[in-house]
Amino acid sequence: MRRLSRHALFWPLATLALLLVLNSCFNPAFLALSWRDGHLYGHLIDILKNAAPLMVVALGMTLVIAVRGLDISVGAVVAIAAAVATLLTGGSFNAGGEVASEHPLWLALGAALLVAAACGLWNGVLVVKAGMQPIVATLILMVAGRGIAQLLTGGQIITVYYPPFFAIGSGFLAGLPIALWIAAGLWGVLHLALSRSALGLFIRAIGGNPEAARVAGVRSAAITLCVYTFCGLAAGVAGLIVSSNVKSADANNAGQLFELDAILAVTLGGTALTGGRFTLAGTVVGALIIQTLTSTIYSLGVPPEVNLVVKAALVFAVMLLQSAEFRSLFTRRAAADPGAPR
Amino acid sequence: MTDAAIVLRARDICRAFPGVQALDGVQLTLRAGEVHALMGQNGAGKSTLIRLLTGVYQPDAGNIELLDRAVAPRSPLHAQQLGISAVHQESHLLPNLSVAENICAGRYPRKPWTRGGGIDWRETRRRAHELLARLGIDIDVDQLAGGLPAALQQLAAVARAVAGDARVLILDEPTSSLDADEVRALFALIRKLRDQGVAILFVTHFLDQVYEICDRITVLRNGRFVGEYACAKLDAPGLVAAMVGRELAGTSGAVAHARPEGAATPALSARNVARRGQLRAMDVEIRPGEILGVAGLLGSGRTELARLLFGLDPRDSGDIEIDGKTVRLEQPADAVLLGLGFCPEDRKHSGIVAELSVRENIALALQARMGLRKFLDPAAQRALAEKLVAALGIRTPGIEAPIGQLSGGNQQKAIIARWLATHPRVLILDEPTRGIDVAAKQELMNEIRALANGGTAVLFISAEIDEVVRVSDRILVLRDRAKAGELPGGAGEDAVYSLIVAS
Repeated sequence: MRRLSRHALFWPLATLALLLVLNSCFNPAFLALSWRDGHLYGHLIDILKNAAPLMVVALGMTLVIAVRGLDISVGAVVAIAAAVATLLTGGSFNAGGEVASEHPLWLALGAALLVAAACGLWNGVLVVKAGMQPIVATLILMVAGRGIAQLLTGGQIITVYYPPFFAIGSGFLAGLPIALWIAAGLWGVLHLALSRSALGLFIRAIGGNPEAARVAGVRSAAITLCVYTFCGLAAGVAGLIVSSNVKSADANNAGQLFELDAILAVTLGGTALTGGRFTLAGTVVGALIIQTLTSTIYSLGVPPEVNLVVKAALVFAVMLLQSAEFRSLFTRRAAADPGAPR
Repeated sequence: MTDAAIVLRARDICRAFPGVQALDGVQLTLRAGEVHALMGQNGAGKSTLIRLLTGVYQPDAGNIELLDRAVAPRSPLHAQQLGISAVHQESHLLPNLSVAENICAGRYPRKPWTRGGGIDWRETRRRAHELLARLGIDIDVDQLAGGLPAALQQLAAVARAVAGDARVLILDEPTSSLDADEVRALFALIRKLRDQGVAILFVTHFLDQVYEICDRITVLRNGRFVGEYACAKLDAPGLVAAMVGRELAGTSGAVAHARPEGAATPALSARNVARRGQLRAMDVEIRPGEILGVAGLLGSGRTELARLLFGLDPRDSGDIEIDGKTVRLEQPADAVLLGLGFCPEDRKHSGIVAELSVRENIALALQARMGLRKFLDPAAQRALAEKLVAALGIRTPGIEAPIGQLSGGNQQKAIIARWLATHPRVLILDEPTRGIDVAAKQELMNEIRALANGGTAVLFISAEIDEVVRVSDRILVLRDRAKAGELPGGAGEDAVYSLIVAS
């Protein structure tokens, strides 16, 4: 039991389990799953599906934080990618009543991802080459990015009518949401890249002691650039999921406050904000905790006007539960007892 | 000495860490008005004992008495309130605060509530000034601590430590980054404090300093108490024998020279390398199997030369040839690919990655050289680390222990192991013996010699000229950031000194 509770993922998972139990107390049908129209239905599936964009963004954020960085522009990049994808897809009814897309779907999605990756690269260049503080460097794009997205959409909400586009955010594959498959796929790819190549060691070395990593011959600058680029790309993927899910792009609101939720998810998962120590699985659990919190607030029937206050209180409680110092307040007395077996 | 003068007595102190019994029944007695040396090899338990006295750790067993009263320091702050202060190797002043603010940190004088109750900065400065004046230290209290030379920071740190009426002052390798004059200034301060009745515990690796300033010596070995001796009754060979548990063979003798004659092309040849404000243009050549020693005073350009050759700092001019071919060497990653290795002077800041394991720290440079795609999988890393840990005798609870938990000398060995793993053509060692005890130094020198005999070209930088003379095949002497001259191996220390001071 002691060994179990020392595992890095123990407290994030315990927190998630607690939230799920809390929910099923208020709503007995909460944990129920059913099979309808060839795929799974239920609150849990909704949570997984709705958490997917946050998971994707937070995975990118995890790596950035692991190399002692921070990217607060991800919300704006979500909006930019959403704008590019919806603009290029568009859709209009042709003579036969069929819906045609403005440009081929692959081009629209590819362009959106390319632009998002370029945004990440821009952040990386500011941090690595210009030596800016990460929070300041990405603040620039956080502010400017929404402006760019608004410019692209002309201040309008761009609506898409081309059905194949909707599959990304609301489609199902093998009974599960496609968005979830995307997030899981990204996690799998990252996990392989970090455990089957030297990337994981390099990232932890850079995060742990950048100067020592450089002296040891690690190409810190190049790796850091890649990490920021990947974070932008991940935000772009999230942008596709978000815009596909709502079949439109709203430059003002798409990805709003995503950066904060992503940082929170990373922290909840047990990644150190000081860099070096990180866990991808923890981040995924962190994202699920946040999404479950949101569902909890709905299922508790909290009125919208106190929504944020309740969320803040829950986040506060969750963070306290995860704080080793706070927990030690309760365990110290037992440990200090000399008679207790160790 | 009567027992009335005893200030601090630690009895039968034990402390274990996962996998290591760091201290096992250690005794320590400090007396008022005495300087007491704590000696032992790396990993003997000196640092652990200090951390117990200053409340960083708590002992598993044993007791500490301060002025005949049992105490149990819970934290460094608590220890300070009890009257036990410590100054560590790297002074812990806050670089962005003024000297006065540093000295009074944590006990700022307050204005009376009638005047707002804020911090009384004028009184802060006055107190700091008065304290420094009393100790005979000449520092402007308004200067930022970060702007002071290391030596003055060290003095200010001592002043801060004794500001709160310390009964016991612990100095943990305070001289390791100071030159001779600075050491003299520090010793003057220590004597003054001693005469004021402070009990001083002094940790160092320099034997001559022990005999210069200390009255008694406590020796630890492998976490056990070896004995307490009066300085006058234990000579240096006896002290070394007590520390290592055996007589050191050939400590002062030259390491066997096996100079390869006529090795054709230099392994590394640098022509005209220079960097403005750091190093004036100079040529350097090292042949395979040769140890080129670099001697010079602090600030003579020793470290700067190493950094330029390894690509850590950009050079303004100069070409570098490896094995006779001109190469592009702009950053450390290039240097590593070309087969260079570099053990930096500042182990903590640019050597170890503290929270990574010994295994990962050892594998890091080799992996960096192999690049991202060719992956040294954990099993291969483990095999490599096990081999090198055994070969260099690195004392660690295991290869998966975070390297930050190892003692300084073992961290240094692990960094050398990191480079040995890459089978370097050229290995640059900047002060590899700093902060390492006598026996480990000798082992390290033998290791370096063996490496050179295997064909590696070694650039050996050290502030200790006897070391340079002993190990080098050729000696490069630097003065004022330029080459002062070169001496053949076997040249005496006097020859080196005369080049260093010649004008």
